[in-house]
Amino acid sequence: MLVTPHPPLGLVSMNGPDDPEPDLVVEGGRIVAMDGRREDEFDAIDRFVVRYGLDLDAAREAASISDAEIARRLVDVDVPRADLVRLSRGLTPARLALIVAMLEPVELMFALRKLRARRRPANQAHVTNLKENPALLAADAAEAALRGFAEVETTVGVARYAPLNAIAVLVGSQTGRPGVMTQCAVEERRNLQLAMLGLVTYAETLSVYGTESAFVDGDDTPWSKTLLASAYASRGVKVRLTSGGGSEALMGHAEGKSMLYLEARCVAVARAAGSQGVQNGSISCVALPLSLPGGTREILAENVLAAWLDLEVAAGNDAIASHSAIRKTAKLMGQFLPGTDFVTSGYSVMPRHDNTFGGGNYDADDLDEWLTIQRDWQVDGGIEPAGEETVLRARERAARAVQVVFEAFGFPPITDAEVEAATTGYDSADLPDRDRAADVAAADRVLAERVSGADVARALADDGFFDVAEAVFAMQRQRVSGDYLQTSAVIEPDGEVRSAVSDPNRYGGPGTGWVLDGERWERLQALPHVLDPRSLASPATDRSSLLVEIHDAEPGSRPDEVVIAVGPAFGDWLRQTINDLLHETVLGALVEGVRKGGASPRLVRVRRSSDVAFIGHDGALLAGSGVAVGLQSKGTAIIHRSDLQPLDNLELFGMSPLYTVDSYRAIGRNAAGYALGRSVGPVPTALDNFARAKLIVRTTVMHALETDAIVPDAPAVEVELARLT
Amino acid sequence: MDFDPRSDYPLGSRRPELVTTPAGTPLEQLTLTALRDGRIDPAELRTTSETLRRQAAIARAAGRAELADNLERAAELVAVPDDVILDVYTALRPRRSTASELDELAERLESRYGAGLVAAFVREAAAVYAGRGLLKVTRAEAF
Repeated sequence: MLVTPHPPLGLVSMNGPDDPEPDLVVEGGRIVAMDGRREDEFDAIDRFVVRYGLDLDAAREAASISDAEIARRLVDVDVPRADLVRLSRGLTPARLALIVAMLEPVELMFALRKLRARRRPANQAHVTNLKENPALLAADAAEAALRGFAEVETTVGVARYAPLNAIAVLVGSQTGRPGVMTQCAVEERRNLQLAMLGLVTYAETLSVYGTESAFVDGDDTPWSKTLLASAYASRGVKVRLTSGGGSEALMGHAEGKSMLYLEARCVAVARAAGSQGVQNGSISCVALPLSLPGGTREILAENVLAAWLDLEVAAGNDAIASHSAIRKTAKLMGQFLPGTDFVTSGYSVMPRHDNTFGGGNYDADDLDEWLTIQRDWQVDGGIEPAGEETVLRARERAARAVQVVFEAFGFPPITDAEVEAATTGYDSADLPDRDRAADVAAADRVLAERVSGADVARALADDGFFDVAEAVFAMQRQRVSGDYLQTSAVIEPDGEVRSAVSDPNRYGGPGTGWVLDGERWERLQALPHVLDPRSLASPATDRSSLLVEIHDAEPGSRPDEVVIAVGPAFGDWLRQTINDLLHETVLGALVEGVRKGGASPRLVRVRRSSDVAFIGHDGALLAGSGVAVGLQSKGTAIIHRSDLQPLDNLELFGMSPLYTVDSYRAIGRNAAGYALGRSVGPVPTALDNFARAKLIVRTTVMHALETDAIVPDAPAVEVELARLT
Repeated sequence: MDFDPRSDYPLGSRRPELVTTPAGTPLEQLTLTALRDGRIDPAELRTTSETLRRQAAIARAAGRAELADNLERAAELVAVPDDVILDVYTALRPRRSTASELDELAERLESRYGAGLVAAFVREAAAVYAGRGLLKVTRAEAF
């Protein structure tokens, strides 16, 4: 649905008519007015940003630079990221929004390339299912990990399921690849409990809002959210805050302001709170900005703002942005091409039908296309190809691993039938039902008995899953060292933490920052469905030629003679058309057609050219009637006449993939008709717009073989079908 | 060797000898075998104030003062038990606490747990909440 802007409801993407003019008034070292409000008018968000989010030295410097100049610096390849980050501390939310709104899409993408905190982009997966089946959660988490997702997010259909879902994705992810971080998106207090037990290793859905009224409806303030983030850190657990354009409007609390301005307030709060990062870019509300003009641009501007403020960015692309695949992928390119710390904040690695976030912008069925687009652009979108056997093995192992964990704790068992179904099933409909009441009781026990991530590791080790146990335990150790609390941290399989501290983005022009080449590019190119082109058409060296060459061809004299001229490789190196019709079948059909048309067929091979028009015209010059059929090995055919220019024709048959035996009979009959001077109705032609896309590679390889068989300047030769002995 | 926040990161790989659990177990002794042998209490698998202050220094050296302040607050909260932390968070949510309740909370954080920064943070919140109607309204105040 598309709507016209309506600012009173906050339905305006950026530069809203009621957005405040940026200003900052400092008196005696104190901020006494900001963005159109005096300090006695400040709301809680203003108070927080003024207290923690602005640096007066930076403000003084920023005050002496124009908005246009700052916008230029964002897209100036020679202005380092560090300078822009420092300057950002002197800019109020209204000024941040105004400046970033000056950038148009390509500039926003370039700015994002420069400003991303971590050098190398990554990606996040959603793993959920309608039945909340633990075996399926574990299997999908393993597949997500194997495919290179650095984070896995699950949630709950039924709130009390949280501990079991958390355990399932923890175990599953570590089975696929050690080091993948896992979270369970639930109510704040419950979420913190899971983190304290080590059942989740990060949290993300700590929401912040751009108006005080929305914040209060979200049951938090900047102070409570900040304390919550510090609480997680005190337990060694990584978090990011979440915000997004449209949330305030959806909650009825936009206060007439634009989405981008309110989002600028959110990211200012996030940085002031000392969060290492944000999930932003409209998130669940994405269809709301996308209903408005400039919506896609606004969302990208949100991501740029967050990166500019030196925050890790997990960039939306999770909730379904549009029914139109074209529109939503156009939107995706804004984050995909420059790269963000996490290109999506939730790729639905299972079919979207099972996505209990109500999301699934991209899902299981889109994985091959996402991988192909990475390959098309030579851009790292954060995931890798994985072969079917490897995936099945990991899925089964993960389901078995969580099966032993459930058994160890006396939870309702995961049956072998569930393990099997989870391994190969398409979605939760393939899984047997579980006793949900019993599962809920078990989940409650997890919290009551304080079952921890370490306990899970122990249970895995006791049952022989040593590598998974080590990986689960290693995630607990990360909470001791705290290394992954730094900005934009991901964890390598060996436990090494890679963050904006150890892998900073210092993009400064072509060849710098994250460049996709070398081993990683080899890996991302090698999709399972990639073919060796030589396999599409190899010369048939193991068979004798279909045709026997008799002598050089001479011009004929019979007025009813139609020449059938074939290409240099016909019936020899190539033995069938692109439509997989055998050459002997095609020849037979043409000969029959010519005869049925009342003319006399004569077979000739043209050796000097692989081009169908020259083949046909050379044949026509030899024919007593002056009419010939030209035929390439791939099946392309032409009816030609000696008095026409070589690249002209009587009829051309270029859609070789569509031709059947009947088509070739009709071609032969028509050639006879032209030869005998009858009035001929052209063979009806069909069209397939996708033929080129489907077959152009095969066409290229086949035609190359035909062209290789050319003997330069050689005369055409009379041929006949070889006798089978 | 002195700790250098500009180069000693990640702590876990570059300076593991500086990292311990609250009970003093060094990072390198935190193994699956030790866990299975009962030499590690799962509740010990968490960070210390010392480690968090080092991570704060690392963040500050990387130009991230606000993140550093977050980690300094976190360092104070290490000593605060799980249930108390959850209560502090709840108390700071809109209209959960009166001014005096927040004041008592700040007092307790400071005197019992030595969490001076967090206490100041709570007091500051209380002042802001008072001006914005975010404190709990008692029956007496309502009428």
